[in-house]
Amino acid sequence: MFTQIFFIYCALMIIASSILAISFRNPIHCVLMVLVLFFHMAGLYLTLNAEFLAAVQIIVYAGAILVLYLFVLFLVSLRDEIRLIPFIANAWIGRAVSAGLAGVLLFAVLPSFTIGEKGRWTVEAVREVTHTKAIGQELYTTYLLPFEIAGLILLVALLGGLVLARRERGESDDEEVSADTTHPGSTPIQEEVS
Amino acid sequence: MIPLSWYIALSIMLFCVGACGFLTRRNVIIMLLSLELMLNGVNLNLVALSYYLDSVRGQLFTFFIITVAAAEAAIGLGIAVTLYRSRRSVHVDTINQLKG
Repeated sequence: MFTQIFFIYCALMIIASSILAISFRNPIHCVLMVLVLFFHMAGLYLTLNAEFLAAVQIIVYAGAILVLYLFVLFLVSLRDEIRLIPFIANAWIGRAVSAGLAGVLLFAVLPSFTIGEKGRWTVEAVREVTHTKAIGQELYTTYLLPFEIAGLILLVALLGGLVLARRERGESDDEEVSADTTHPGSTPIQEEVS
Repeated sequence: MIPLSWYIALSIMLFCVGACGFLTRRNVIIMLLSLELMLNGVNLNLVALSYYLDSVRGQLFTFFIITVAAAEAAIGLGIAVTLYRSRRSVHVDTINQLKG
């Protein structure tokens, strides 16, 4: 009973904060709403006996990815971003498409869903070895190759971030950028402040 | 005991809210944030199925999805910053240089 009440609370908070996150004008408020959503998602993972993933959700998603979003939002100027041109027709078409997708998935796909055969990690088997150890055993034996590929993806992301964030010295082919080169070393933020 | 269909319904709704945000918003950063919402819907689905199927496979998929989401956020936000630097705007409608 308590679990169901907790699930309903988390579900309502997740739906409400996700709808608020895509409807706020200010991007900072959107990111903070997504932060609320991630915490409730971690709570739902706890009801599913996935303690390790709940911790990873909070540490990686809320701690790393959202902080990255906040940094980028503070780097680009907010004054330009708040002023959005409303595209009424396009927005309603998008809402209709997503509502139709939700309707099809909820009322056509979900009732015809049957559960498959069960695996070997029952709750008792997971509780015997701990949860993190069970995940680690599967991760480093069955899923060793995807694990290595994930490491490669992270390396590519690191190199890509470095290459994209590096400021080229000789980029003056654009008029807007050439205004920057008159003050070498000045970043767009400093211009916004001044 | 919570039925499995509750979790799947919640993840479907979260995915569709993310899709709605991706289709309606005009800001590149909010569009990337909507992608994160969609990935979270898929993650919830995978973890719920992993619990009800007595397997840790879904949780491992979620683990990899979180890794890929971190890489995607880093690359996507790097591209957004680069675009902002060259165009001074992150609205996706202004990036139409390749339009014929």
